[in-house]
Amino acid sequence: MDEKKHRLIMDRISKHFPGVKALTNVSFRMFPGEIHVLMGQNGAGKSTLIKVLTGVYSIDSGEIRLDDKEIRAQSPLEAQELGISTVYQEVNLCTNLTVSENIFIGREPMKRGRIDWKEMHAEAKVLLKRLNVDIDPTKQLGEYSVAIQQMVAIARALNISAKILILDEPTSSLDSNEVNELFKVMRKLKSEGLAILFVTHFLDQVYEMSDRITILRNGEFVGEYKAEELSRMELVSKMIGKEMDEMEQVQELVESHSSIGHQSPFLETKQLARKGSIERFDLKLYPGEILSLAGLLGSGRTEIARILFGADRADQGELKIKGRSVNLKSPRIAIDNGIAFCPENRKSEAIIDDLTIRENIILAMQASLGIFKYLPKKKQTEFADEYIKLLNIKAPGPETLIKNLSGGNQQKVILGRWLLTNPDLLILDEPTRGIDVGAKAEIMKQMGLLCQKGMSILFISSELEEVVRTSHRIAILRDRHKIAEIDNHNVSQQDIMKAIAGGVPNEK
Amino acid sequence: MNVFKLDRRYFPILVTVALFIVMFAAGSIEYNGFFSLQVFLNLLIDNAFLLITAVGMTFVIITGGIDLSVGSMIAFTTMLSATLVQNHHWSPWVVIPFVLLVGSFFGWSMGCLIQYFKLQPFIVTLAGMFLARGLCYLISIESITIDNEWYKTVSQTKVYLFGKNYISISVIIALVVVAAAIYIAHFTKFGRNVYALGGSEQSSLLMGLPVARTKVLVYTLSGFCSSLAGVVFTFYMLSGYGLHAVGMELDTIAAVVIGGTLLTGGTGYVVGTIFGVLIQGIIQTLIMFQGTLSSWWTKIAIGMLLFLFILLQKVFISRKKKSGAAA
Amino acid sequence: MKNKLFWPLVTLAVLLLANLIHNHDFFSITIQDGHLFGSLIDILNRAAPLVLISIGMTFVIATKGIDLSVGSVVSITGAMACLIISKGDGSSMSVLFTALGISLLLALAAGAWNGLLVSLLGIQPIVATLILMVAGRGVAQLITDGQILTISSKPYSFIGAGYLFGLPFSIYIIAFFFIIASVLTRKTAVGLFIESVGTNPTASRLAGIRSGLIIFIVYVLCSFLSGISGFILSSNVSSADGNNAGLWYELDAILAVVIGGNSLNGGRFYLSGTIVGALIIQTLTTSIYSMGVPPEVTLVVKSVVVLVVCLIQSEAFGSVFAARRRKRDKAAKQGVSA
Repeated sequence: MDEKKHRLIMDRISKHFPGVKALTNVSFRMFPGEIHVLMGQNGAGKSTLIKVLTGVYSIDSGEIRLDDKEIRAQSPLEAQELGISTVYQEVNLCTNLTVSENIFIGREPMKRGRIDWKEMHAEAKVLLKRLNVDIDPTKQLGEYSVAIQQMVAIARALNISAKILILDEPTSSLDSNEVNELFKVMRKLKSEGLAILFVTHFLDQVYEMSDRITILRNGEFVGEYKAEELSRMELVSKMIGKEMDEMEQVQELVESHSSIGHQSPFLETKQLARKGSIERFDLKLYPGEILSLAGLLGSGRTEIARILFGADRADQGELKIKGRSVNLKSPRIAIDNGIAFCPENRKSEAIIDDLTIRENIILAMQASLGIFKYLPKKKQTEFADEYIKLLNIKAPGPETLIKNLSGGNQQKVILGRWLLTNPDLLILDEPTRGIDVGAKAEIMKQMGLLCQKGMSILFISSELEEVVRTSHRIAILRDRHKIAEIDNHNVSQQDIMKAIAGGVPNEK
Repeated sequence: MNVFKLDRRYFPILVTVALFIVMFAAGSIEYNGFFSLQVFLNLLIDNAFLLITAVGMTFVIITGGIDLSVGSMIAFTTMLSATLVQNHHWSPWVVIPFVLLVGSFFGWSMGCLIQYFKLQPFIVTLAGMFLARGLCYLISIESITIDNEWYKTVSQTKVYLFGKNYISISVIIALVVVAAAIYIAHFTKFGRNVYALGGSEQSSLLMGLPVARTKVLVYTLSGFCSSLAGVVFTFYMLSGYGLHAVGMELDTIAAVVIGGTLLTGGTGYVVGTIFGVLIQGIIQTLIMFQGTLSSWWTKIAIGMLLFLFILLQKVFISRKKKSGAAA
Repeated sequence: MKNKLFWPLVTLAVLLLANLIHNHDFFSITIQDGHLFGSLIDILNRAAPLVLISIGMTFVIATKGIDLSVGSVVSITGAMACLIISKGDGSSMSVLFTALGISLLLALAAGAWNGLLVSLLGIQPIVATLILMVAGRGVAQLITDGQILTISSKPYSFIGAGYLFGLPFSIYIIAFFFIIASVLTRKTAVGLFIESVGTNPTASRLAGIRSGLIIFIVYVLCSFLSGISGFILSSNVSSADGNNAGLWYELDAILAVVIGGNSLNGGRFYLSGTIVGALIIQTLTTSIYSMGVPPEVTLVVKSVVVLVVCLIQSEAFGSVFAARRRKRDKAAKQGVSA
């Protein structure tokens, strides 16, 4: 394949944002008529790389060559004009316009100074036919399913005579029939000589569609592989990587204390499910135990966490807390039942940027106390100081605004917020993501200590190392199903990777 | 994909049109002399300026913005016209283009502040509202009466249609504006960009549409429309006064909303706005014919209609979202 | 920490000084019939309704909301109180308290209406409160039957025109409510919850705060305070004018909040800043009036002030300057290295 001419070369691209190195010397290339999958965990740099290519971000260093000519797109529009079109995960079209307008807006066919609607609808019909989509282009886009909207987005991209089509997680909201339809179209376009950059988290899809795979990790280039030469195991391990060696202590803590089984569970779910986010699952959480959810992004990890915290409502099944059936309609009710939740998305769902560390720490406790039992400021400061010390939060003092802290310290503040409420169950969704190694170790250590004290912890992490070292039991998720549950006795990362990659038959 | 589904896009408009017909019918049954072409034409004559303003506002609201300065802009235009004609003896042929230019510039400036400094439309146009009212008083605190012959002639000209029924020149202007607006909204790139912008600014940017230019132009257009409405209002009142058209911004927004334009942007039709204006007019007419109800019932009725239509929008949007997710 | 009060206070001081230069007696306070008289007292007295409404508006804006209906609520409570008093015995205290009670209930109902539309139905605050802004004036006129309702009631007129210990009674009213509001924000969790909901509603909900309830409460509070202002305004002139009472107050209140250093994007709020903001507006109005300029011209000044304050707050504006500064720094650095 290498003797063929390159369509695209991205050579040693670097990009940094204030405080974050998003891409370091990442290289990426594409040939005409191939489907190239870009893989990596959250924060690996996939979306930054795509945004660099499509002109949303400018690069710090490196070179981008399209058909052997150096390009530097300054905006998505320029990139489009160069032949690089993107279909995003959330369809970026206007659902209030008609289908044909969504394909043509900005380049509407004109006749005597006015938009030629007839021509536009006719052309749209032809374009969509090419993609095997038979819909009425005069209708509003919003009337059609996401799958159709995605096709319309592709039609728009193609109409701008694309050389490179970027599909950014197009399948994440499609059902299997729709995915198959999409794949048919992708194969057809590939045979027409288009280079397709395909981002997905579903391994089956990767192997079904890709010619080659490029893997990124932590903003760095791991390697480029031919799909048939890279086993699922290797793929997963290359994505996940092996970092963190300073967790021996944590492991000891956890291992010194594995006394579950005879107690009754704190929380138990029976066939709980929510349409479109997680299929029916059974889960038992015992006091003094860490249960991890392992799986790739989009496998249903966060969805389970949100349901158990009442942030989303389950639409079927039953949930019991201490043997009592409970309907978790809102976070408020979950908190009153002794549940705490550190969400995955720290910035938008956890921290209140304009408030101080002190206020952020006491927020959940105050919310439980209500409006009139206001903690005196002295008491608040005491609590804040206590947790700043306990969790080793690096800050000038409790009156520092949380937005001025680093990610790791913000995470510790949120952890402190929940520890203050003294919960029975602590749900940690990717608590270690995007924070420095020291803070990671600290959080892991706290987890060990807390479960020793009898707290039940539900832990979600993409770092399998962390999962293996910290948890007593591991639930494996794939494609929105809970597929297995493993007792963590000398389980290796390999075993888990195998399970995630689909090597383990469904055992339940 | 049945016929009913196609209708859903036009559902809010249909409600508005139906409401107007019902009100007109009710008035016709209840009161003698209500059912006549002239009563209908009077709706247009008395509300020509509201119609023109509402057309501009429709565009602004479709982009998801709002323009609170329109009422003050009308007052300022009447004031500026009056002083130029009356005190400075400019020819109306110079005055009218001049005030239109001033209005457009005013809108353009607000648009620039909104677009380039990312200020909320509501606060910028609120400041514009203050400014325009204040400028009126800088010209004069008192009302200035216009006794220019040309203005008087335009004001009193009746254009007869079908026998004794007539409209005013203002109505003709308003209808031309409406026709132009429909053309702009549906047959020009600018018009479609306005809808796209209201659908999703983010998507519009990613689709490479000229978002900044469109947004600034929309406020310019609204400024133009409200100053044109000011010109028409000058014909109507034959005076310039700082207290003209107080609260008109609310009537205008109400007309647009009742006309089926979603306040969240993206959906709306100029045709709907016409009926929104007509409904406001007919409420006044009904109250007038009724005789014992006082004029403030108009405000209460409009407030209630506004509530109903916002509620309707809410239901409409949430239904649409649900169907989109289920499909 | 940069003190948010600094600029508002400087503005106020400059305004007062300008007045002093124009009129050397500006700061003098005299005693007539045991009452204190003077421009400063006058400003405080006249600012009272605005101060009250602005306190309520501060809460609403801190939750990322806005309340356009305050002016209408002012006219409704004023009209209702005057109507009840005009029907009864003007000097009877029980009539007075019935009037105040019923009117305040109306104000609370108005606030509950706004609050429900925003928190329960999720309608944008501008739109939700627009309804009452339009219909409220109609209701007020309905109450007064479109007339200017004039009453003669000693106890009622005391609210807005009476004197206590030498000072206008309205000053005590604003002091009272300012203290209540401060206590509410400092000694209860209301302030914390409002700031939290205004900064990040999602995170607040996930921390267990009942965001909807908080939003509901701020609208009710705002209407309640507007209602009180309605009494001050109507009792000051012993009449109720459904059409014009409280006209433009929504705008002035928003202005006071913004001038006081509060962000329209919600979050942190500064009650004392708002008070200074309201005083600035009143001083401005008074000084323009005393300089013989038609009072309506204040509108021009206000609009310029709003724009300038918003521009300074706007990130885009800040980044334009930051970019320029960076360029300059860069140029300087290059100069050094070269």
